[in-house]
Amino acid sequence: MRERYDILVVGAGPAGIAAATRAAESGKRVGLVDDNFAPGGQIWRGAESASSDIAASWYARLAKARITKLQGWRIFSQPAPGVLRAERNGDYIDLGYDKLILATGARERFLPFPGWTLPNVLGAGGLQALVKSGLPIAGKRVVVAGSGPLLPAVAAYLRKHGARVAAICEQASFSRLAQFATSLVTHPDKLQQAAVYRWQTRGARYHTSCRPVAAHGQGELESVTLRKGSREWTVACDYLACGFHLVPNTELAELLGCAIASGNVKVDEWQATSIPGIYCAGEPTGIGGLELSLMEGEIAGYSASGQTAKAGVLHRKRDKLQKFADRLEATFALDPALRELPQSDTIVCRCEDVRFAAMAQSSSWRAAKLQTRCGMGPCQGRVCGPAAEFLFHWRAESIRPPVFPAPLSGLTEKAQLHTV
Amino acid sequence: MPDRIVLTVNGHALSVERGMSVAAAIMTAGAHCRTSVSGELRGPLCGMGICFECRATVNGVPHSRTCQMLCEQGMEVVSQ
Repeated sequence: MRERYDILVVGAGPAGIAAATRAAESGKRVGLVDDNFAPGGQIWRGAESASSDIAASWYARLAKARITKLQGWRIFSQPAPGVLRAERNGDYIDLGYDKLILATGARERFLPFPGWTLPNVLGAGGLQALVKSGLPIAGKRVVVAGSGPLLPAVAAYLRKHGARVAAICEQASFSRLAQFATSLVTHPDKLQQAAVYRWQTRGARYHTSCRPVAAHGQGELESVTLRKGSREWTVACDYLACGFHLVPNTELAELLGCAIASGNVKVDEWQATSIPGIYCAGEPTGIGGLELSLMEGEIAGYSASGQTAKAGVLHRKRDKLQKFADRLEATFALDPALRELPQSDTIVCRCEDVRFAAMAQSSSWRAAKLQTRCGMGPCQGRVCGPAAEFLFHWRAESIRPPVFPAPLSGLTEKAQLHTV
Repeated sequence: MPDRIVLTVNGHALSVERGMSVAAAIMTAGAHCRTSVSGELRGPLCGMGICFECRATVNGVPHSRTCQMLCEQGMEVVSQ
């Protein structure tokens, strides 16, 4: 019986699966902890049986590898150096490690506009996640809006499951997207994927420089008003799936003291963070998509387990994918005009119902928190923080434990040490 | 194991396929998850356990994150 993992991986999305699988090849004791009910992260959610070849091959590797899988556990604090505490339905365990790989993924960026708090207004990935977990969507009218490569992917997915996609609204301009498409000649697989999505969503208009300006309904969503230039029109719909690209989940890395640069966890060519023994892979190091996440996961898994030669071989491939990620960021950069979306009475912080006007009077994120309670609710600013950063140019300040809400007993009492 | 399970959402029985999340069941039932501090009805937003909008009372436990919970036979779900 051992009380520590040689390598503990947090997050079982593509980066975490790749990291854990490659680390396990070294024969070291590897643990993989994840807060969802099945591995795969957001992109492969519910994909175990029927999905892409790439997902299937990684699931097969994961199944064969000698890895302790801890599914449904959410890490919320670090009770001692080298130990992380996790919670599941009121139970706690402590997970000890020698090396740690953080693969905590990304979340959608939400921007407030009138009506965005109505039931049935969800994130784009949010609605897809609900459908993947059983929500019937056949025959429902959906508007997909916001920004990023996720929008056409979600629209195609929803349509495949019988939804009537009324419109896809991308805030980025046509010229930006055209430049991006041209740059994809070096990634023919991605161009082909884009063409497939376009075909799958034929009949649904893909509007560029377009944004939702208001969602309407009594108690739940009934329609959404869209704007492109000076033109405004209203579309009846059952769901509005709206997310403005992604923001990395850096909270746990920050709690552990890892350096952050431009909102991303800073890593070197071996995926090592500024804290010795802690590695990071996938979206927290910068939004780059599936292939880059897998590549970074492999490198982190090899590096953390001492297989540096194998990690080194992948550097060039990763650098090429990184260039794609850089273009992605430039293409879907937010239009400053989106700062005009919220009205003075629009709720920005959904946990504490703090409205735009109250927040706009503050001089900083910290001042706004103290004066209005924004960001002080259970999501701990994960939704309104990135919105406030864009709207008011505020930077969030230091992360404090717990990184997710936990009962006091989870912080004060001793948890059972998970034996390996 | 049966392919369908029955739970209640705000007292009304709902038959769902095994594997459905509680958040999806609440939406399927046409119910909301919680009432916000200023009295707005709310439903799920992120679908991945970070926004906490899908909180509801499940088997008597308030603030359950329903998007990361699977439906179980006989489960009692109540909007909060």
